[in-house]
Amino acid sequence: MIILRLALQSLRNRWLTALLTVIAIAVSIMLLLGVEKVRTGARQSFADTISGTDLIVGARSGSLQLLLYSVFRIGNATNNITWPSFQDIAARPEVAWIVPLSLGDSHRGFRVLGTTPDYFKHYRYRRAQGLTFRAGGPFSDLFDAVIGADVAATLGYKVGDPIVVSHGLGAVSFVAHDDKPFRVAGILEKTGTPVDRTVHVSLEAIEAIHVDWQSGARVPGQSVTAAEVREMDLKPKAITAALVGLKSRLATFRVQRAINEYAQEPLSAILPGSALQELWGLVGTAETALKAISAMVVATALLGMVTMILTTLNERRREMAILRSVGARPRTVLGLLTAEAGVLVVAGIALGVVLLYAALLLLQPYVDTVYGLHLPIDPPNRAELATLGAIAVAGCLAGLLPALRAYRLSLADGMTVRT
Amino acid sequence: MELMVAATAEPRAAPSDVIHLSGVRFAWPGRMPFSLTVDEFAVSAGRRILLIGPSGSGKSTFLSLLCGIVAPQSGKIGILGTDVARLPASARDGFRAEHFGIIFQIFNLLPYGSVIDNVLLPLSFAPGRRRRAKSRGTAEDEAARLLGRLGIEASLTHGHSAANLSVGQQQRVAAARALIGSPELIVADEPTSALDRNTQGAFLDLLFAEVEAAGATLIMVSHDESLGPRFDEVLRLDEIAVSRRGMAS
Repeated sequence: MIILRLALQSLRNRWLTALLTVIAIAVSIMLLLGVEKVRTGARQSFADTISGTDLIVGARSGSLQLLLYSVFRIGNATNNITWPSFQDIAARPEVAWIVPLSLGDSHRGFRVLGTTPDYFKHYRYRRAQGLTFRAGGPFSDLFDAVIGADVAATLGYKVGDPIVVSHGLGAVSFVAHDDKPFRVAGILEKTGTPVDRTVHVSLEAIEAIHVDWQSGARVPGQSVTAAEVREMDLKPKAITAALVGLKSRLATFRVQRAINEYAQEPLSAILPGSALQELWGLVGTAETALKAISAMVVATALLGMVTMILTTLNERRREMAILRSVGARPRTVLGLLTAEAGVLVVAGIALGVVLLYAALLLLQPYVDTVYGLHLPIDPPNRAELATLGAIAVAGCLAGLLPALRAYRLSLADGMTVRT
Repeated sequence: MELMVAATAEPRAAPSDVIHLSGVRFAWPGRMPFSLTVDEFAVSAGRRILLIGPSGSGKSTFLSLLCGIVAPQSGKIGILGTDVARLPASARDGFRAEHFGIIFQIFNLLPYGSVIDNVLLPLSFAPGRRRRAKSRGTAEDEAARLLGRLGIEASLTHGHSAANLSVGQQQRVAAARALIGSPELIVADEPTSALDRNTQGAFLDLLFAEVEAAGATLIMVSHDESLGPRFDEVLRLDEIAVSRRGMAS
């Protein structure tokens, strides 16, 4: 036990370099686990965004593209679905509910989504959680809008505030539907999904603000006022996509096939889950690269530790000779130095885990609001513990390098230190 | 029968010899072209021997052989009736821990350790010495007693890092470490060369008294012949051991 105590005292004697080594290892561990947390958090966020929807229908395109623009509001639709096709699908006996989505306009950088009140009833996120209103309610008037939590927070809107929808998707738009302003009717609770950053209006409203438009520009000399438009037939001609819920999941593939082979119009129906899998396949390379980089950082930290121990070896040869003179075997010297590396690595891992959770606690609310990314604070899972164990073993093995050198030196030194 | 065989094989070995080297040939493996030969060297129990060895006379190699840190290529190193040369390396380490107390010229102590831990260190490797140290209480008591006899104030022993001691104090702590658990042999490699004249004398007085009280045999190496009168016997290392630089052919 004295020998262990002396080993620790020896380490304490070099506390500054030892501490820096431990910090380097800790930061690398924090990075490694942090990347993993963000990765799983991001995956979970994506997977949580859409739930309870069996099929997403859109114009014919890749399933990933359809998923991204319809649910995540990333990218744009290439084409629309005509209203009759939508009604055809809605009329199918397997369909329990169907929610149309109409995209293409924006409000100060936030996307505007035209839909029906059913959207608030059927949209599910984070394992079957429904949308709830923090204030107000669904749209009842033609020019009512329901805004997501982030829209309300960023722009400071309250129920009753007027908003103007811009044509197109830029944050700064020069073509505004300023002749037909909307009123905020409801504000949704925070969901951590793209819904938070969306302005919802009725499908008819989307139609109404575009009656006097053609090919993305106002038709000159033909202006329809907000009051006049209320009297018009606002049945939409086309929508961007639709979310479909089926009565029975067993019918999923049958309906999907029927839609994909729909004769009147080229359509696509996708399963959100399989489209997400496609997405993971796509970002998998980037994730692997990130993991490889953080593994390299850990390896660098361990190398730093080996360097630190190696540089102190020469001044510690005297220590080795003393230990040998009192009967320590060269193997004991080997064990001492390996144990030293082990202590440093384990301390580094422990500190790294503490730093990670401190950072998570500190940054979680910020990341949630700014990036819409919910990072769960869970105890380390089995895979993470296995990784940490592997790093501890790798650290001890790396410690063998200076230890073997000390072993050889102490064999060659004998009673006196030769320099 | 066995005794008879042993006696005929080693006619010059007296029963009271604690050290008996014969026909030892040693060369550092590989790197250094340095070899050492000892034809015959014997020390009987309880003696105080001064080995005069100028630097370069193979002093440290001789001591390494004696203490079993290195093993000769041939020959016999009899210590307390055991041929250390025939023991495997780990057994030699155990043997050294059990039967030798070693004092270096300087830097004897682990600088960051407390005085008491430095003294107790050999006991971790030598169960026999641990038992003997505990025969009159705890090992700590015995260490404190030895340190007290060697003139180290009790206030210095605990929690005090060895690096803060003076050189003279360090040598006395080293002596206590060598003596704890009463090993049969005390080997000192120029223990006084870092001390001034007065301290030298005082240190040797204390060391002799403790070695005598423990009934141990003392082998001390020095280049300082003026210490000679205080020892039972003065031998010249270059007369015992023949060292040769350059490749042994």
